[in-house]
Amino acid sequence: MGEASREIMRKARQQVPEWTPSQVKQALDQQSGSNEQEIVLVDVREKHEWNEGHIPGAIHVPRGFLELQIEEAVPDKSKTVVLYCAGGVRSLMAGSTLQQMGYRNAISMSGGFGQWKNSGLPFVQPRLMTDAQARRYSRHMLIPEVGEAGQFKLLDSKVLLIGAGGLGSPAAYYLAAAGVGTIGIIDADVVDDSNLQRQILHNTSRIGEYKAESARETIEALNPDVKVVTYIERLDETNVARIIADYDLIIDGTDNFPTRYLLNDAAIIANKPVIHGSVFRFEGQLTVFKPYEGPCYRCLYPEPPPMALAPSCAEAGVLGVLPGIIGILQATEAIKLLLNIGEPLVGRMMTYDALAGEFSELRLYRDPHCPACGENAHPEDLPTYADVCAL
Amino acid sequence: MATVRLAPVLRSSAGGSKQVSAQGSTLSEVLADLYERYPALREQIQADSGEGLSRFINVYVNDQDVRFLQGLDTAVGPNDTVILLPAMAGGHQE
Repeated sequence: MGEASREIMRKARQQVPEWTPSQVKQALDQQSGSNEQEIVLVDVREKHEWNEGHIPGAIHVPRGFLELQIEEAVPDKSKTVVLYCAGGVRSLMAGSTLQQMGYRNAISMSGGFGQWKNSGLPFVQPRLMTDAQARRYSRHMLIPEVGEAGQFKLLDSKVLLIGAGGLGSPAAYYLAAAGVGTIGIIDADVVDDSNLQRQILHNTSRIGEYKAESARETIEALNPDVKVVTYIERLDETNVARIIADYDLIIDGTDNFPTRYLLNDAAIIANKPVIHGSVFRFEGQLTVFKPYEGPCYRCLYPEPPPMALAPSCAEAGVLGVLPGIIGILQATEAIKLLLNIGEPLVGRMMTYDALAGEFSELRLYRDPHCPACGENAHPEDLPTYADVCAL
Repeated sequence: MATVRLAPVLRSSAGGSKQVSAQGSTLSEVLADLYERYPALREQIQADSGEGLSRFINVYVNDQDVRFLQGLDTAVGPNDTVILLPAMAGGHQE
């Protein structure tokens, strides 16, 4: 250390109070029970030092970015900001900088992280992405609303798709690309050549294979981070509660009313959001049913139409790209819910008219007398009705 | 005349139109005018004649669900839009 830097250090020591690691620990323990976080712990070391371990609850602002980032990280300049580095020198100079910036209670931890660790105090090692993950998700990491923490959240998330068909295909494909860590797919059907006009998870060589298995092959080829759980069965009263229990949210791509009502009621009981979509010819619609925060499917439609009035399911037809659009919008809503960002389509029905090239929106309301989610509701013993399409 | 927008599944009952005009100052009058020209629509909207709206259809006046307005008595002005949206079956058709 040269004379000039010794002089800087000497001045900093006169201005910036220092706490030992055990004093810092004590202060942190004292505030741990209360909601008011008076002390903010800031690690000013470099990224590679942080990655090898840091004090639990600390935020990371490398000293090189201190002036640029600290006001965003700690907007309240009256807070007690405890700074630490590896040995207590850089944090002292950082404290002096914070004082110049108007922070009234900047403190440097003497001895730094080295002394903290040597005193046997607790530290954590941050979760690290592999280099392959960091490259794969780099475009997510650049968005502040996702970032590294959001990407880990997606990797830890579990989404169930009811059906690997027109809506489920694009939804699952994009969720897998986004790195949603577990994707469950329930579908008892096999791939038919009439599916391939829109069900992009499958291909010509898979005709005759179970859709759930074909979906797994496509997803695993796209992203090895994703665990695919397949259920080659139909959703019914005997399996619905068990299957949905493992997931954070459900994407509904069902083609029939009984499943829709069954899923609605089970999701309310288990308090899981359902992202609902449906398509018909050139038009589609979607909404998010979030239990007790917005309406459920029974609030909208307390009963299905009688068989005579339901459009013939096999003859309905759909422009192949249309479920693609609606399914991708469902995946988008799923990601928003998983990351807790933006305004999910709760209580709003979005409709898309491909021929007109028009999106529009309708407000949906909870029915206070809804038999599934209203007052005194009993979602566990409601009828699910006969399958108007299967009859 | 009020504008009535029909969900795709209803259009075959109305000569294929996506949007039609109908007369009346309440929802029930507007619907009556509609049934006169397109009788097949009645069972899609009010399956049991004389009763209220069917439980498998949602009707909106200017984007507001009429169940939370005055139902069939909801006022409809000449510049208002009525939207008819029945439950849709279609997800992934087999």
